[in-house]
Amino acid sequence: MRRRTLLAASAAGTLSATGTLLSACAPGRRRASGGRITLRFQSLAWQQESIQANKQLVAEWNAAHPDIRVDYVQGSWDSVHDQLLTSFEGGEAPDIIHDATDDLADFAYGGYLADLTDLLPQRLKDEIPPQTWQAATFAGGIHGVPFLQEPRVLIANRALLERSRVRIPAPERPWSWAEFEDAAKELTRDGTHGVAWPLKEPVSATLNLSLSTGGKVFHRGADGKVTVRFDAADQRVPRVIHDQLGGDRSAARTTLGMGGSDTLPGFFGGKYAMVPLGFSYRQQIVQQAPKGFAWTVLPSPAGPGGDQRQGVSPQTLSIAADSPYQKEAARFIDFFLRPPHMVRLARGDWMLPTGRTALRDPALHTRRHGWATGAALAGGLRPAPAQSVRGYPEWKDKVATPALQEYYSGAIGMGELRKRLVEDGNLVLARYQR
Amino acid sequence: MSTRLTARRRRMGTRTARRRAARTGQYLALLGYLVFLAFPLLWLVSTAFKPPRELASLHPGWIPDHPTLDNFRQAFDEQPLLRSAGNSLIASLAAAAITVVIATPMAYVMARHHRSPLSRAATGWIVVSQAFPFVLVIIPLFLVLKEVRLIDSLSGLIMVYVVWSLPFALWMLAGYARAVPRELEEAAAVDGASRARTLISVTMPLLAPGIVATALFAFITAWNEFFFALVLLKSPQKQTMPVILTHFIGAEGVADLGPLAAASLLATLPSLVLFALIQRRITSGTLAGAVKH
Repeated sequence: MRRRTLLAASAAGTLSATGTLLSACAPGRRRASGGRITLRFQSLAWQQESIQANKQLVAEWNAAHPDIRVDYVQGSWDSVHDQLLTSFEGGEAPDIIHDATDDLADFAYGGYLADLTDLLPQRLKDEIPPQTWQAATFAGGIHGVPFLQEPRVLIANRALLERSRVRIPAPERPWSWAEFEDAAKELTRDGTHGVAWPLKEPVSATLNLSLSTGGKVFHRGADGKVTVRFDAADQRVPRVIHDQLGGDRSAARTTLGMGGSDTLPGFFGGKYAMVPLGFSYRQQIVQQAPKGFAWTVLPSPAGPGGDQRQGVSPQTLSIAADSPYQKEAARFIDFFLRPPHMVRLARGDWMLPTGRTALRDPALHTRRHGWATGAALAGGLRPAPAQSVRGYPEWKDKVATPALQEYYSGAIGMGELRKRLVEDGNLVLARYQR
Repeated sequence: MSTRLTARRRRMGTRTARRRAARTGQYLALLGYLVFLAFPLLWLVSTAFKPPRELASLHPGWIPDHPTLDNFRQAFDEQPLLRSAGNSLIASLAAAAITVVIATPMAYVMARHHRSPLSRAATGWIVVSQAFPFVLVIIPLFLVLKEVRLIDSLSGLIMVYVVWSLPFALWMLAGYARAVPRELEEAAAVDGASRARTLISVTMPLLAPGIVATALFAFITAWNEFFFALVLLKSPQKQTMPVILTHFIGAEGVADLGPLAAASLLATLPSLVLFALIQRRITSGTLAGAVKH
């Protein structure tokens, strides 16, 4: 009896303590109070300059709009998908959502994101080119405003490049893929590889660069259904990479499993003459390169006729479908993405703005740190070929990533690669299109 | 006779040499294991004090050539580290305390009646509960907490941490409780102590190392937990340390390595300090010599 009393007392004490604690810390509800609306803006800015630019713009908005306050919330790229999914399911998503177009499709088709077609002002719609809007258009509705994007460029060791006999390419006269192969061979000497392909994530790099050779991989039929093909145009870029790695060895095999940042020590140490990287990696290079290290930004190789198209997944701002203040959120987005603001955001993230006026800003055309080369490539940027295809993430993870990794490492040939991408890939896509 | 003695001495010498070699091997293995365990921490310390140019060196050294505190400065400038550490501390301490208060009586009952069907069922539940992945429970949990208005509150998070660590804490404490000899309780009863008195004066002190170890387990589980904190806390003012650490990681896994290492180093300190403070309590042989056989 006494034992029971003791246990019961202990349990009751615990419950009571917990209850007191819980009621004491119950969350305050956000939203409107005293005529003032509060919006939550979840930003994925992560670099110091970028966070500063974001916070400053939010502060400027709050100073000018006392009736519509915006709370800045820091999110992270690493976990944004799971976090948003749970927030959407629970009806607690931020009002304004920063993400990238390749992550939006699931949310847009799931009905979690507001259709911005009638919410956005004409000024903003006219600022961004139609092909860029396509990247955030799903099921006929605009579900995000694409505002930053980055081409893939070749970051090159300037001393090695100038010492060689290769022609130095410019945006108006880029290398063809064949010239790029020759240049990589020429630059391969004395323990230095011509190029280092960081292929930890081989699928997006391969598909996005393949646009220049006319590669599409995903083909939408008249019935709207998508099928995978892997024709000659799709095979051109993977074949170049494969041959550089396993044929003339002008590419370093050790970087196959690396991410972009992992290749930088080798690049600074002279092990590789060129590294294909996203435009924003310049920030890391500026920060980390040894003193006196000379580097330059070259355009990626072009396809037939100088085709410089590449696939990109721009960063976007969306509005949650559940947000009761969609119009106010759209007003904030309009303010946040005014041309001078877009320039500040682009400089903070070392990326390119999508807006036409912003892109003309002289600050983005300086030759310093390769800004001019990147800005010149902006016209060739297209939505990544697969991002609106339902089932693409599964195809990428289960079929394409292992198949391309095996192909690049030399374990399988082009025939087997094609068979896997197409046959296994179509089985995956079929499940999403029944 | 002398030949036999010599042979015996020789055999003994060989045995001693073998024992020494085995002992040396054991120490070497232990040293290797310690180095293996210490490697991430040493790397973290080294990285936290390196300037960016040394981070990208092709031949990185353990000791920075030009040690700097810039990474710490930048980490504090960019992210609210102190506030998030405070949140983590509140959540972890509360979770540890509540877990121990709930688990101790339950574990005692489980240990003393481990053959009963209820106790067996509880053990089964403990084992099964450890198999659930976070992603499986997060959405239902989110909806339940939303109903009771505990989203975006540290108390909601504490409740989740308690529920999450309770099964393992129970299992752990039940083991300690089983190790407390019944004879001691019986002896106290013979001496005229009441049941409550026996529990408070005899059993609980003997359970203390187990309680401390369990509290430590619950604290560290909560301190390091990321996913629930990420999903359940919305306001920047309430975010915990592991969530703040991910803010140093960008798209495609690119990381601001120096500030990330500096912040991570700071994040490991409370656990290390706690271990240093209470490790003797855990390892002390409280029961040694308690019962005469």
